[in-house]
Amino acid sequence: MGVDTILTDGIIPAPVRRRPEALLQVEQLSIDIATRDANVRLVDNVSFGIGRGERVALVGESGSGKSVTAQALMRLNSRVKLSGRVNFDGKDLLSLSPSQMAAMRGQRMGMVFQDPMSSLDPLMTIGDQVAETLRIRGISKRNARQRALDVLDELKVERAAERLDSFPHEFSGGMRQRVVLAMALVGEPDLLIADEPTTALDVRVQERVLDLLDEISRRRSLAVLLITHDMGIVAGFADRVMVMYSGRIVEENEATLLFAEPQHPYTRGLLEAVPRADVTVDRLRSIPGAPPVPAARPSGCTFHPRCDRAMAICSSVEPGEAITPSGARVRCHLYGAG
Amino acid sequence: MLQIDHISKSFPAGRGQRTMVLDDIVLNVDEGQSVGLVGESGSGKSTIIRCALGLAQPDSGRVSYSGIDVHRASRFDTLRFRRDVQLVFQDPYASLNPRMTVEELVGEGLLVHKLETTAAGRRARVVEMLRMVGLGEEALARYPRSFSGGQRQRIAIARAVVIRPKLLICDEPVSALDVSVQAQVINLLQDMQAQLGLGILFVAHDLAVVRHLCTTVAVLERGRIVEHGSREQVFDAPQHPYTKALLEAVPIPDPAIGRARRTERQLAT
Repeated sequence: MGVDTILTDGIIPAPVRRRPEALLQVEQLSIDIATRDANVRLVDNVSFGIGRGERVALVGESGSGKSVTAQALMRLNSRVKLSGRVNFDGKDLLSLSPSQMAAMRGQRMGMVFQDPMSSLDPLMTIGDQVAETLRIRGISKRNARQRALDVLDELKVERAAERLDSFPHEFSGGMRQRVVLAMALVGEPDLLIADEPTTALDVRVQERVLDLLDEISRRRSLAVLLITHDMGIVAGFADRVMVMYSGRIVEENEATLLFAEPQHPYTRGLLEAVPRADVTVDRLRSIPGAPPVPAARPSGCTFHPRCDRAMAICSSVEPGEAITPSGARVRCHLYGAG
Repeated sequence: MLQIDHISKSFPAGRGQRTMVLDDIVLNVDEGQSVGLVGESGSGKSTIIRCALGLAQPDSGRVSYSGIDVHRASRFDTLRFRRDVQLVFQDPYASLNPRMTVEELVGEGLLVHKLETTAAGRRARVVEMLRMVGLGEEALARYPRSFSGGQRQRIAIARAVVIRPKLLICDEPVSALDVSVQAQVINLLQDMQAQLGLGILFVAHDLAVVRHLCTTVAVLERGRIVEHGSREQVFDAPQHPYTKALLEAVPIPDPAIGRARRTERQLAT
């Protein structure tokens, strides 16, 4: 992916970027859930795209709606009501029948979750679990097993041939997460959605898993939507970053620019609040308060009660989307969008 | 103040074998000092805490607090130890009794240790403590469920600090919190330490948090302390390969650094 930079008066490097061909296009996606008392909006009018082979991170805190968004793309949660459009390679996913959607899941889109143990069947061998999506598609047992072996090799699972017949409990946490990745990748999807894939792992194992994912996504031109709360992981992995706060995407930009010039006060606050292992600072900047729960979302800009730059307008009017000179798509009244 | 003196511990591993979980651990926390103990899962962090509190018996070595042998203390000394050393746990959803109000939770230590015998006196101390951790008087009658994770951790800290302990043992106190809330709790711990001269033993897997909060750091690898020194020594000039490997694997929130490191690793293999 080429990034050419034009320097304008040495102030703002404006990136001119060849956008990769869109693979996934999400338009005005809203997600609602009916509770006993009321209808609660979990995700509010979110739009974004992912290009072929592109690595995009969706960052947010608990309750921001990042995982619900990921599940919605795969239509995994039947308790929520989805509206808007999710276009995947020319198909509107929200209008597919359940069986058509099931075919999209293993074949065109794969997904991995945080806890590998809960994604694995403890009574099924590793080989059978990895091969399962292929078997469902009608591929012969022998071929499916061979392809399961190939993908485990690709993920550098040592002695993969012997371990096809092992069970999940015989694997370490990092190895289990590789098996789960293998299950998602064996059908050669175009898009992998990874929801906090390394959060439960120790740092060294996390690094290895992310390196593998990086390598595979390049080799296969696999698009990855990485969902995480960890800015460190985002920095090392993503081409582009979307920051989600309380059900909305508040800022989106290329990773390099987002880290160098965060625009939204929330993004800035988040970056300053993270302690770093490579520098000593006297005191961390912190954001006051806590992220709101979806049922009690503040009016106007949902971040205004915690924002150090809030103005009168912020508590009443929801900010529209603006594009800043650094190329960020941002929802904040500081950038004067109507 | 707290001296962990050459303790070792093993557990039975079946067929008459034993697994060594702690191997000759030496670690001291002096008054007002913040000591970080870093290790991956299974490295023995929790076992060290359990031994330090007298909840687990080491096979050899001893743990002493201001001259008291924690495992052989008299009833009187044990009471003093339990007043002077307090704990903050990882999960603020599990560590606070859901059926107690904030006033009862924070005031419990004052009652148990007979530090404030009147209800009015206890309430005054609890309110003062809640202010210190950034909560108001209106929190008194509420239950933990009506607080967010960060607020619960403040309540847990208030509960631990209200009886003016000398040592606070923190077991992963911020790892369950959101990033924007983590910084608040880290800052609060820093303030408490400065204002009250607390010693802190901070046990965590997150090296960045430890670097931020602790001036002395010990690195634990499979039950052994492989590196032990000042923050600057351990983080800026690590000697042991394990420390180096850990530090290299910590994600840094800077795309240029992250990518450079990955390229380096890919070239190395």
